[in-house]
Amino acid sequence: MEPTVSAFQLLLAGDPALLAVVRLSLIVSMSAVGVATLIGVPVGASLALTHFPGRTVVVVVFNALMGLPPVVAGLAVFLLLSRSGPLGSLGLLFTPPAMVCAQVVLVTPIIAALTRQTIEDLWEEYCDELTAMNVGMVRRVGTLIWDGRFSLITIVLAGFGRAAAEVGAIIIVGGNIEGFTRTMTTAIALETSKGDLPLAIGLGVILIAIVVLVNALAWTVGRAAQRYAG
Amino acid sequence: MLARRLLIAAAAAMLSFPALAQDKSIVVASTTSTQDSGLFGYILPLFKNATGISVRVVAQGTGQALDTGRRGDADVVFVHAKSAEEKFLSEGFGVKRFPVMYNDFILIGPKSDPAGVKGTKDIVKALTAIKDKGASFISRGDRSGTNIAEIKLWTIAGIDIGKDRGPWYKEVGQGMGAALNIASASNSYVLSDRGTWLSFKNRGDLEIVVEGDKRLFNQYGVMLVNPAKHPTVKAKLGQQFIDWLISPEGQAAIADYKVNGEQLFYPNAHDRGA
Repeated sequence: MEPTVSAFQLLLAGDPALLAVVRLSLIVSMSAVGVATLIGVPVGASLALTHFPGRTVVVVVFNALMGLPPVVAGLAVFLLLSRSGPLGSLGLLFTPPAMVCAQVVLVTPIIAALTRQTIEDLWEEYCDELTAMNVGMVRRVGTLIWDGRFSLITIVLAGFGRAAAEVGAIIIVGGNIEGFTRTMTTAIALETSKGDLPLAIGLGVILIAIVVLVNALAWTVGRAAQRYAG
Repeated sequence: MLARRLLIAAAAAMLSFPALAQDKSIVVASTTSTQDSGLFGYILPLFKNATGISVRVVAQGTGQALDTGRRGDADVVFVHAKSAEEKFLSEGFGVKRFPVMYNDFILIGPKSDPAGVKGTKDIVKALTAIKDKGASFISRGDRSGTNIAEIKLWTIAGIDIGKDRGPWYKEVGQGMGAALNIASASNSYVLSDRGTWLSFKNRGDLEIVVEGDKRLFNQYGVMLVNPAKHPTVKAKLGQQFIDWLISPEGQAAIADYKVNGEQLFYPNAHDRGA
């Protein structure tokens, strides 16, 4: 048996294949979280402030979708993007954008559901004030999102954690193609199946380190902004 | 609504992936054995140097890879189960099948050999002994080429594995490497292709217990997905890949790939019956 290369040696040596995998993981997950935030925050905030028949059902569904199994989301996007599916003409299957789509489906409910809860709590605080000022719906939502922005950072990070950690969806829609759609998590799955457990666990530790780093960065920025805002 | 959101997401994302713009690439649906053994990692850069075409390999079991071709999600399928490949052709999904190379299946088992099969060359006798002793056996259970070959061998042994199985027979529904990991952790017998075994690193107490039986022959074939069924298939580039694989250059590249000095695949594109 040949000795396995440690993942850390690869990282320290700046191994281009490993760096490409790390880079793709970050690009895919961050793009997905970006899109999911743009959709989820307004949707969640509007849901917090509106009342309509069936609202409870929508709230429960969003909460439940936080636990959407990645493999199901992956399969749904796969069927949609397959050449034989409704969006097949786009030719997106087995490409990074397909992976972003799948993760958007996974992350959006998390961001929407948590935003709804946060904004609803804030609304109880600001209800009288905003009603007295007689501001319209859009401005109410805007004001509350702005006031809840530091909590929203945590919500976005929760979404990022979900995206960066999942393998079930992106391995189906991305295909784990070397040098093109291989990410940290799919590389870990592959190395495990090749029986190279030390390399797999090494990649796992690097992935965790990256997620910690991103969280630390967001926390620091959030903290600084909070101080600045007084 | 969802579709529109996805479209927007896709469009936004696409801007950040310049790699998509250069389009001289094909998607090949292939098997875990060709990827996990490292063969593609060796021959694809040679192909790219020769033609400028990058090959994107999606590694799946043979059954799943053929389905990927059926849906039109791959340009070329490169798999190892002749009966399933011929079915794919007769359904009109493939243009023509070309034999490329072969290696062989081997029976892997624990050194302690609870079924007492070591030393025999007869795979059928070995499987019968495993069943009679109720020795733990791991089956891929995923319609892969190896799984199809395994079921055929049980049938040759006169065992209807659907009915005659007991708790000793475990279907894991995973790729070759994963099945080997499970066999290694549970000291079970498992049928593997030689390529994956040679490059597999977590062997534990496992070793080859039966090899060399003619019935363990493992042929790989390649087919272009039929552009008449799926107009999006990159027929020209795909055929270029197939032509290279069966050319003297491609065949030599396959023969040159070695792990620890051992050759993994034997080119045989000119054996018409293969």
